[in-house]
Amino acid sequence: MTARARAVAAGRHPADPSPALPPRAKQRGIELALLVGAVLISVCGYVVVGLARGHAVPGGAVRYGAGLGGLALLAHLVVRFRAPYADPLLLPTAVLLNGLGLVLIFRLDLETPGDRAAPAQLMWSTVGVALCIAVVLLLRDHRVLQRYAYVCAALALLLMVAPILFPAVNGAKIWIRLAGFSLQPGEFAKVLITVFFAAYLAANGGALAHTGRTVGRLRLPAGRVLGPVVAVWLVSVAVLVLERDLGTSLLFFGIFVVLLYVATGRTGWIAVGLLLAAVGAAAVGTLEPHVHSRVEDWQHPFAGIAAGKGAGQLAQSLFAFAAGGVFGTGLGQGHSYLIGFAMKSDFILATCGEELGLAGLSALFVLYALLVGRGYRAALGQPDPFGSLLAVGLAALPAIQVFVIAGGVMGLIPLTGMAMPFLAQGGSSVVTNWIIVALLLKVSDRARAPRPPGQQSAGGGSWVVGFMTPVRARDAAGGAPAPEAGR
Amino acid sequence: MIRGIRHTAAFSFLLLLALLVNAARVQVYEAERYDASPANRRAAIARYAQPRGAVLVAGRPVTGSRDSGGRLRYERAYADGPLYAPVTGYSSQTYGTSLLEHAEDPVLAGTDPRLATFPWWDRLTRTHQPGGQVHTTIDPRMQRAAFAGLDGRKGAVAAIEPRTGRILALVSSPSYEPGVLSGNGPAVDDAWRRLNAAAERPMLNRALAQTYPPGSTFKVVTAAAALESGRVTDIDAPTDSPDPYLLPGTATRLGNAAKDCADASLKEAFRASCNTVFARLGDEVGLRGMAAMARRFGFNDRRLRVPSPVAPSHFDTRMDPAQVALSAIGQYDTAATPLQMAMVAAAVANGGQLTPPYLVDQVTDADGVMVADGPHPTTRQVINPATAEQLQEMMIDVVAHGSGRRAAVKGLTVGGKTGTAQHGVHNEGTPYAWFISWARTNDTYEPTVAVAVVVEDAAAERADISGGGHAAPIARAVMAVAR
Repeated sequence: MTARARAVAAGRHPADPSPALPPRAKQRGIELALLVGAVLISVCGYVVVGLARGHAVPGGAVRYGAGLGGLALLAHLVVRFRAPYADPLLLPTAVLLNGLGLVLIFRLDLETPGDRAAPAQLMWSTVGVALCIAVVLLLRDHRVLQRYAYVCAALALLLMVAPILFPAVNGAKIWIRLAGFSLQPGEFAKVLITVFFAAYLAANGGALAHTGRTVGRLRLPAGRVLGPVVAVWLVSVAVLVLERDLGTSLLFFGIFVVLLYVATGRTGWIAVGLLLAAVGAAAVGTLEPHVHSRVEDWQHPFAGIAAGKGAGQLAQSLFAFAAGGVFGTGLGQGHSYLIGFAMKSDFILATCGEELGLAGLSALFVLYALLVGRGYRAALGQPDPFGSLLAVGLAALPAIQVFVIAGGVMGLIPLTGMAMPFLAQGGSSVVTNWIIVALLLKVSDRARAPRPPGQQSAGGGSWVVGFMTPVRARDAAGGAPAPEAGR
Repeated sequence: MIRGIRHTAAFSFLLLLALLVNAARVQVYEAERYDASPANRRAAIARYAQPRGAVLVAGRPVTGSRDSGGRLRYERAYADGPLYAPVTGYSSQTYGTSLLEHAEDPVLAGTDPRLATFPWWDRLTRTHQPGGQVHTTIDPRMQRAAFAGLDGRKGAVAAIEPRTGRILALVSSPSYEPGVLSGNGPAVDDAWRRLNAAAERPMLNRALAQTYPPGSTFKVVTAAAALESGRVTDIDAPTDSPDPYLLPGTATRLGNAAKDCADASLKEAFRASCNTVFARLGDEVGLRGMAAMARRFGFNDRRLRVPSPVAPSHFDTRMDPAQVALSAIGQYDTAATPLQMAMVAAAVANGGQLTPPYLVDQVTDADGVMVADGPHPTTRQVINPATAEQLQEMMIDVVAHGSGRRAAVKGLTVGGKTGTAQHGVHNEGTPYAWFISWARTNDTYEPTVAVAVVVEDAAAERADISGGGHAAPIARAVMAVAR
């Protein structure tokens, strides 16, 4: 039992029908103030790029600021009326990350006069915010999603399998090209599969946790419930092999292991997960030539230089980070364009590292930490396991994604193609991230909103059935400790 | 479940922490190593992002910068490339730098910490100082006179101001246009290959980097050794020398091109350039005395910088007596750069005091504010003033009555020594024509310039090639400027 649960249990009489906690402040004003700051910082970045390169304020500064500000304001208004208790940090963090991404892409556009990506990215950001608004407006309660768990799973599988039919782009089959647009359906699949995992584990977590053999101190999961886990592992390996997309596969598997652990509270799952991941990674790393070359490149990023072939992409990325040092060269004054291909997408962090330095990079990581942290915070406050698991999954998604791609371009782990959330060029990615933010807004709104009195006293029963039951209220009922807590 | 969420959150923060630690590793700990990687183009991009500082001759820039509009933005341009190439060298984006462009590169590129008021602040703010200016000691009139005098023939001229060591002219011929090497790309590669493959070796700096057998001009050093050692006390007294002279320990007879060498005085022998007399004097002074005198004039000095390194001139320190005798007349293994022979003439003209030569007067920042003064090397007394005076008298005699008549300049006192050095297998190569000289004003006795000229292969009959015929007029043209 956690300290907080204990405190609640001690302080509240089970029969007390009054609200458990005093109503929280909505804090929408804080959100608005932070949003103004986020938009201003982004516009400043835009102006700084223009001043550094053309010695003049770029022409589109007002339009860009108005566009970003308008989107932020619209999102704020919708949140104010449809999710008034939502976490006030989520939206400003997302707007700032998206704004910085636009600045970096605008800055890199200056190096490629024939290929302007910033306008398209702004367009996709608008679509993303529109979808975010739509989700906040239309999704009355996130628990509705639980009913569509298997629909989500089917849709996700469909989206992941679809690119196999399309030709590979740069060695990975993850794109669908339609009418001039290229989509990465795997991005949308991530959210759908997270919804499915959360729903499946909310329903079956108890069975997974409490059955199976004990070997020493370790309780192994029963074979009957192990089936779906192995199935998920097989699907992720299949995705890896068929689409040569190490990143999505890793993300996919990581989310599943995390949710499994949170749902069951059993470290045995982590051990099994890590073991399976290690076996899978080792096998694919040696057998698949595309992945194998990535591993080689990670171990010896400068091998190409010694061989007289010049610096490879990862070496150029490391050079960019190194050139940034602690304080960076200043926006618009670095040479990260030397990375060449994918400098606006997978390698966009290198531009950030070179031009904003370790200081800017740390600030960026803090922003991601805020986004992820507020997600976990929403998970803690959920009255139902599905909400908790959904919030954990949605928070873990960007966390794992940031680690995989940032670690990749900085030489910490083998490089896998993946988009830096909100920062990287790519419509599918930015739209998906806004949907994640929309869901987190909804979930956090539920976590912080005052509950109707009827729910406070509804307690007891297995939490597999009683997923509607608030965790806090159940603890307050003074019965047996909840199976997931304090073990 | 709450515990699981907390653990997951903690795990996520551990991942972010790992990223931060790794970022610090790459951006701070490894940064210097990555920045210095030869495959990292940032250093080159920063280097050529601003115009390179100018090299100045008599206060006027002889170099500039051309905006190429490419990634490596500014390329070096030269106002009078072939004329000043032996001074400036080249500055190429592909092939690096040479000569002054190389020696003064930190100043010209703006990276020299002396250019910045607060270097640490510049490092912090990543400010690049504009390139500084290098003021040379070259006198453009002498440089042009020497260049025109050689007129494309293979050879070199070095002129220095005897009292200060300032290099007034430094010409190598045939020359090349260093501007064709400035940029990058196939045209530059082609030019580089062409220049390196050319038979005349236009990129060889013959004044600094090429040594030639000095021939009879070395007799100045031998005469100095004979006088300093006391072997000769009166330059007008007969030296009791046979003609021909049997090289010691051998059956080889050494003859003369000139007549009246038997028993000639030192002054007569110097005027007529008698090999027999000087070979015998060299043998009598001996290896140690000859080597010591050569070293005092600057031979065998590997450390001379002007500031570009100068090829060491050579006088063997292990020889048998016959070889010493031959070395004393500037043959055998004796070899000298034109700059070295100009130093010999300068020391004689300056009363026996030798000031090591240098090429940079001062270094200023882009606005002309002085950053560093010239080197002002220490003057050394290499021979007695009395010996120097006797040598002056003999050199004046050569120009007044001997083989150096064509070097005479009206209104100036000129002393000189011709030389014709044989080389090649069995001495079959076209001989090198040498002339070294100095000039001083008649009223103040101030030596104004010391010159050394070498012409490699004057397109003429072998008998006709002599220092007096080909090299002396060039020296005359240079000295006439000083009038």
